[in-house]
Amino acid sequence: MDKELCFVTVIGEDQKGIIARMATSVYEKGINIEDISQKVIEGYFVMSMLIDIKGSDYSLKEIEEDLQNIGEEMGLRVQLQHEEIFKSMHRV
Amino acid sequence: MAFTVDEIFETASMTLFRGFDIRTVTLGINIKDCIDSDFGRFKENVYDRVRDNSARLVSKTEELETKYGIPITNQRISITPVSQVMETHASEGKFVEMAETLDDAIGDEGVDFVGGFGASVHKGTTRSEEVLIESLPEVFSRTESVCSFLNVGSHKAGMNLDIVIEVGKILKEISRKTENSIGCAKFVTFVNAPEDNPFMAGAFHGGGEPDFSLNVGISGPGVLKGVIDKNEACDLTELSEIIKRTAFKTTRAGKLIGRELAGQLDVPFGIVDLSLAPSPMEDDSVAKIIESMGVEKMGTHGSTMAVALLMDAIKKGGAMASGNVGGLSGTFLPVSEDLGMVEAVQDGALSLEKLEALTSVCSVGLDMVAIPGDTSAGKISAIIADELSIGIINNKTESVRIIPAHGREAGDVLEFGGLLGRAPVMDVSGYSSDGLLSRGGRFPSPLTSLKN
Repeated sequence: MDKELCFVTVIGEDQKGIIARMATSVYEKGINIEDISQKVIEGYFVMSMLIDIKGSDYSLKEIEEDLQNIGEEMGLRVQLQHEEIFKSMHRV
Repeated sequence: MAFTVDEIFETASMTLFRGFDIRTVTLGINIKDCIDSDFGRFKENVYDRVRDNSARLVSKTEELETKYGIPITNQRISITPVSQVMETHASEGKFVEMAETLDDAIGDEGVDFVGGFGASVHKGTTRSEEVLIESLPEVFSRTESVCSFLNVGSHKAGMNLDIVIEVGKILKEISRKTENSIGCAKFVTFVNAPEDNPFMAGAFHGGGEPDFSLNVGISGPGVLKGVIDKNEACDLTELSEIIKRTAFKTTRAGKLIGRELAGQLDVPFGIVDLSLAPSPMEDDSVAKIIESMGVEKMGTHGSTMAVALLMDAIKKGGAMASGNVGGLSGTFLPVSEDLGMVEAVQDGALSLEKLEALTSVCSVGLDMVAIPGDTSAGKISAIIADELSIGIINNKTESVRIIPAHGREAGDVLEFGGLLGRAPVMDVSGYSSDGLLSRGGRFPSPLTSLKN
């Protein structure tokens, strides 16, 4: 089945519940999580979540708004970006 | 995962922390087929063409911003040079009416400027072009979003000095007639003007373009400053490599978004313009990049080499990233729109003469430079002629956007606000060039243009 992949990037201070809350938000919208990675880079906690939005009834804007709201509550920066931008920028 | 967390962080942090954006998406529109012998119908045709396409452009860009998480800061329209479509309606009143029509047509949903209210006059003027030039002070006093250009020279044709002399006089009048002399910020004098430039104020939809063309200007001074700051110790060759790699990535982002937007609008994709475009925000400054490279203050010795290396590396990275590189693809060094440039002028590190030198290696010209309001028309023309000569001899685009600041003197500051920023009024030479300018005529095409 075709997939439509996006990356959710969360940057900030590590704390309890980041993955749980972000994962719940996308689960409630019928979105599958394909992969999760996390790492400390330049002093930031960085969590990256690969999601497949194909088949979700929610628009990208709606998905993004909810993730941003969680980020705001937890003091984190959140970025939702379609996978194509990473292919373009990081692969020759 | 197909990408490492470091790669994902790098891309996400460009917009989150480094102000990366697509500076402009500019839709070029042919309006030649709008011409009608009935001027009222002609205006209606132009209005409908520009109005419909402005609305389409705005509606599609928002979707892409969300999809890729990269802001698209400006949406603009460029049209066929107006002089070419007004030949049979060449009166000052009709030029002003056409400008007002364009001003109304872009609406207030998101498009902020419409470019192309100009002419190519490098070998002389038609009657219509003369009327257009005379109408400019009135046009700028009655419109907000209309931008104008004159192409007064080319490597092949040389430079039309008679028109440069006229431009000095017209700029003085525009300065007097528009609040804060703002009209001068919407007028560019070019040599070797590109027909697919997406950046204002000099964008127009050239004669070789199809009915529509979508051109993209990327940005990212903050992104480059960030990577240069992280690599303090490397030598110039390695620095060039680092800049190249970063420019590759930002250009690829512009290409992806431009192609997709063009597809959604069902118009041909034109070009990605690599130009670094600063804005009056901390760190979104080309001058600060140069200072990060190791000169204490933009404009001091070493700045010209730094600008040359910077743009050479950006072009190499950009050319690798896209086969559709075009437009200006230099760097903008607009004084008022770049906080580092403003500081450098106010601290006495950057003079008009040094700025001219900087523009000879890769920048696209003297941009957003304010000079004292009592500067004579002849001196303004001489400043323009000096700058444009660099382009004629070196076969590169060169442009001047200069603002004789009405009622102000050197050391004052002209506050524009928004993306236009604030322009410190720069000193000009007290000596005269009137003897040279009064000769008039055409600067002949240089020997290097004879290549056939």
